[in-house]
Amino acid sequence: MKITQGQFSFLPELTDDEIKLQVQYALNNGWAVALEFTNDPHPRNSYWAMWGHPMFDLADPAGVMMELKACREAHGECYVRMLAFDNVKGWESIRMSFIVNRPAQEFGFELIRQEGEGRQIHYTLRSVTTAAIAAQQY
Amino acid sequence: MNKPVDIKITDMKERYKSGVLKYKQMGYWEPDYEPKDTDILAVFRLTPQDGVDPEEAAAAVAGESSTATWTVVWTDRLTDSEYYRAKAYKVEPVPGSPDQDFAYIAYDLDLFEEGSIANLTASIIGNVFGFKPLKALRLEDMRMPTHYLKTFQGPATGIVVERERMNVYGRPLLGATMKPKLGLSGRNYGRVVYEALKGGLDFTKDDENINSQPFMHWRDRFLYCMEAVNKAQAETGEIKGTYLNVTAATMEDMYERAEFAKSLGSIVIMIDLVIGYTAIQSMAKWCRRNDMILHLHRAGHSTYTRQKNHGVSFRVIAKWMRMAGVDHIHAGTVVGKLEGDPNVIKGIYDICRENNVPKNLQHGIFFDQPWASLKKLMPVASGGIHAGQMHQLLTYLGDDVVMQFGGGTIGHPMGIQAGAIANRVALETMVKARNEGRDIWNEGPEILSQAARWCQPLRAALDTWKDVTFDYASTDSVDFVPTPSVA
Repeated sequence: MKITQGQFSFLPELTDDEIKLQVQYALNNGWAVALEFTNDPHPRNSYWAMWGHPMFDLADPAGVMMELKACREAHGECYVRMLAFDNVKGWESIRMSFIVNRPAQEFGFELIRQEGEGRQIHYTLRSVTTAAIAAQQY
Repeated sequence: MNKPVDIKITDMKERYKSGVLKYKQMGYWEPDYEPKDTDILAVFRLTPQDGVDPEEAAAAVAGESSTATWTVVWTDRLTDSEYYRAKAYKVEPVPGSPDQDFAYIAYDLDLFEEGSIANLTASIIGNVFGFKPLKALRLEDMRMPTHYLKTFQGPATGIVVERERMNVYGRPLLGATMKPKLGLSGRNYGRVVYEALKGGLDFTKDDENINSQPFMHWRDRFLYCMEAVNKAQAETGEIKGTYLNVTAATMEDMYERAEFAKSLGSIVIMIDLVIGYTAIQSMAKWCRRNDMILHLHRAGHSTYTRQKNHGVSFRVIAKWMRMAGVDHIHAGTVVGKLEGDPNVIKGIYDICRENNVPKNLQHGIFFDQPWASLKKLMPVASGGIHAGQMHQLLTYLGDDVVMQFGGGTIGHPMGIQAGAIANRVALETMVKARNEGRDIWNEGPEILSQAARWCQPLRAALDTWKDVTFDYASTDSVDFVPTPSVA
């Protein structure tokens, strides 16, 4: 399955030139671009590993593209996302988020249903990748 | 008895003789009054009866919406009545409408209970709209002072936190209202929810009149909808929501339904405007306590917002709702099937989303309105919109909006999932193009048609709805047009 988090997941994968244009858009708005990666794309996994800090005070998208290249080389089998942080008062959060690298195979999630009383079902979403890693460890 | 003349009577003995005075004589017309920073200000559109002086009509509105009654009462002298009187301080003719005037009225903060929309509205729109000397009356706009705003909770969640919870950034959110509105069983209803969410929407929505009818009781709907939400989440890796409408006959029923929605793990519930201001505030507080997004469907508003000469402008309702604490409000689409002049809609969206809304008569905004850090209210664009309008929707409405394509998803010729895919692809394509610096207003149709080359569902959507527009004149438009400046 293809995980469709991020603002461009329904489009063909963005080329590096296209990514660069998006970075330029973020910089034009005064936002700091950051890269994060993970092997656990559970939708509630808020904190992917940071590939360094958000790149404050950056003028040229080339800086981001260099970091993206290095991050892909180090973590090619992970999901990598690009974020843009806006520190303006009243927002102070993320403005952009899109996936810029995917593992060769995406394993997705298992939906576990636990039957409760009154026809209620308690749902658990389990990432197949992290479940497999856990199984290997124990 | 005093002779009805047009000036405020300052001799107290004369002023309080039994009998009837003009409102201006009683002191409700104060053209020299300088509004205080703490005053609540209102601007009304007056259509006085023939022969009624606009200043007297304004004074009457000020009087009847604050302390006055129709005759002199000696008990006024037991209070500081000068202080409590609302003051009409300005009357201006409405451009292009010789029978109408804008009346500006200032209300002291002490006239209102803190944090209560019910109390505010009981004064401001309580009595005056049926007042005989006026043919019609419309509340156009209000200025809420910071001192007063700070007594309100504001949106339970707000745009920023909603995005953080949804993990959706950088693009408008997508939704759809389940159709047919009435008659589906719980199981069939959940099928539509699942297909739409799986296809690519962020939200699905109960319609305003889906509560707990013989064909589908509320618990059944909630259970099937949450199966659909969780299944779609597992198959996409995204957070999904379905607005579970908890509107019911009593607060007890609504709390029960909201608690059940929470126990099932829903991130959002929904209420209708018709439940009333107090019930809305109660639900907003419940939502803040329970980490729940609160969607408001503005059911019923057009009965009093649409006609330009009488009622309450929707921009005022939007202000009240941001104070009352809802997170989503239907606020117009410009291009869809429901009322929406572009300038009026811009004004309403600004009221919902900005930290500070400056006076802008061309958008129907009569006062500067700083929002005192109340959270932002997400506008919802719903009603007769489709993928082929994406460039217009994004240009008019911006990023922080939920675009709801009900018919435009469920009515897709290739099915509901395909309908959702078409909308999501159109949206992402247009956001990407705009960010790349392209002129989407002019190139929009070409950008969509290029994407349709690799996306069959988008192709089918464009072909099906290419000629659908709702091009009627708006009944609620602004009165002020830009004056060309000398270059």
